[in-house]
Amino acid sequence: MHMTMTDKTLDEILTLAAAHFNVPRQRLTPDDDFFKTLGIDSLQALDLLTKLENHFRIELPDYELQGVSDFRTLASRIQARL
Amino acid sequence: MLNLDQYSCLGAALRDALERWPDEVCLIESDRNREKTRLTYSDFKETARPLARALQDADFKPGDRAAIIMTNQSKWLISAYAVFHIGGVVVPLDYKLTATEHLQLLTHSRAKFLVVEYHLWRAITHAPEFSHNQVKTVLVTEAPLGADLAGAFRWEEFRRKGEPEFLSRKRDDIACIVYSSGTGGRPKGCVLTHENYLEQCKSLIAWYPFWPGVRYLSILPTNHAIDFMVGFIGPFVCGACVVHLRTLRPDFVRDAFVKYKITYVSLVPMVLKNLERGLKAKFQELSSVKRFLLNRMISLNRAFARKRLNIQRSRRLLREVHEGFGGELLAMFTGGAFIEPSTLQFFYDLGIPVANGYGLTEAGTSLTLNDFRPFRADTVGKPLPGVELRILNPDADGIGEVAAHGKTIMAYYLDDPELTAGTIVEGWLLTGDLGRFDGIGHLQLFGRKKNMIVTEGGKNIYPEDVETVFDGLPVKEYCVFAANYIWPDKQLGREALVLVLRLDQNQEFDDRLKADIVARNRKLPDFKRVGGYAIWSEDFPRTASMKIKRNLLAEELGEHLDRSTAVSEL
Repeated sequence: MHMTMTDKTLDEILTLAAAHFNVPRQRLTPDDDFFKTLGIDSLQALDLLTKLENHFRIELPDYELQGVSDFRTLASRIQARL
Repeated sequence: MLNLDQYSCLGAALRDALERWPDEVCLIESDRNREKTRLTYSDFKETARPLARALQDADFKPGDRAAIIMTNQSKWLISAYAVFHIGGVVVPLDYKLTATEHLQLLTHSRAKFLVVEYHLWRAITHAPEFSHNQVKTVLVTEAPLGADLAGAFRWEEFRRKGEPEFLSRKRDDIACIVYSSGTGGRPKGCVLTHENYLEQCKSLIAWYPFWPGVRYLSILPTNHAIDFMVGFIGPFVCGACVVHLRTLRPDFVRDAFVKYKITYVSLVPMVLKNLERGLKAKFQELSSVKRFLLNRMISLNRAFARKRLNIQRSRRLLREVHEGFGGELLAMFTGGAFIEPSTLQFFYDLGIPVANGYGLTEAGTSLTLNDFRPFRADTVGKPLPGVELRILNPDADGIGEVAAHGKTIMAYYLDDPELTAGTIVEGWLLTGDLGRFDGIGHLQLFGRKKNMIVTEGGKNIYPEDVETVFDGLPVKEYCVFAANYIWPDKQLGREALVLVLRLDQNQEFDDRLKADIVARNRKLPDFKRVGGYAIWSEDFPRTASMKIKRNLLAEELGEHLDRSTAVSEL
């Protein structure tokens, strides 16, 4: 099946988040509320953003995470800056 | 520092600060590891005065209101200075609110001017309510080249040559309108006077002085009462420096402590816990020998500090820990009763005092603060100079509602005499918080009498404000409560919002309804979400105008439902 750029970005985000917070990759799905699924607070979410910046070699201002709580929306924000 | 008794308004005190310490650095702004701005008080004057003049030329009149919606950065302070210089009123709005909420509060405050960051302005202009926007002049910061500003001006270009006319205000004139909450329901705009701020500043500085060379790290949003005071007014009237970070990533915050040799910082409980977690993880990574030595040093420091903390000695004993914070940290400020005593004790044992305090927007900034004479991990400290506190109707344990009196108490709630009359009674502010004094005059907090919660991130959440997201929910009726309001338990650790549902006749709570509730709940920012739901089998008591009688309903619920079995997690 053809994978769009956003799907690929999404997949990489899920893999990175799983590794960073030490949860099995298969437990995470694109529409998960990552605060709840990962059991993290907003500071830990900002930490994840730093990891994603390093991986995708982009800079994401903190405000890009404002109001975002699922991986799919996060992927679209990152995709827009790639 | 300036003698604040001599001033009638913030504008005059700030104006004199710029003249008094022209060569001292007052602002540093850093984005990640890149320093973007460094201004002396003289540079600040050169930047702020042309803005003030341009505002005046744009028909800004004394008493006009200018809202600011910005993350922590130098332009926030420069803009606020300009507004105070020409006799204006600052309306600091929380940048984390939604565009719709921003528009509601802009309308409620009757702001004529707005200073806003580009990405926030873009969101505001896309909101459906934008067509009702009544702000006359909008200044947008950091807009990209060629961006559509929807009639706004670029902040960076909005300046005029020539001295602005300084316009003095009286002590009882309005300085700021600060919203303590109430976007969806009843906006609570706390009207704070110049006297409120000058007196609050005086009492805070008496205990925690600033001076030229002191560096305050601004992490809390500047729209927050604490950062506005200790991250703007306090440092400026003493010739000190404020460091802004454009990102709040924990990595960069830690770097900033070291790079800028920070003296003071204010933190919400969540950040403090994050720091504790990080330090403990680092300690765990040490070799067993090093960890043993570190623990011995901490024990030794704890023994020395039992009576009184000597920071110099702590820095010598625990050099590496203190160097991790830049080596010059004198205190970290935090607020509320959420901080676990063990966290405060952890930092105190390291020789890093965390001054825990208690305050509310209605009371300016802070009512109590820990002055470490002596250190108490289980209290929110003593009343600040000039603040009088009383415990109303104490029970057998001495616990009752905390009431406050003094020159820092707000004047009134904007456009809400009824709410004001119920909140400030004969000059005493009824805080809605339950507390008691211990034997040495420290205040201990035990819970809330009012229907609200405060998050670990320091946000006040009122149930009425989150209810709108459940509009149209297919049930007979619903109501959101703070769990502690229904089931008072004299502690603050279990604060959560609960959605109470009254189902239709023959209706069952099924997976579809639950999915609907979950989906709606997720539309709310994470800190505003409802934590659980409870089913109630009676019709809600209502007033003649069909408003839910919340207090009566809460009483009924508390009487007939047990929290541990009735509330299911969402």
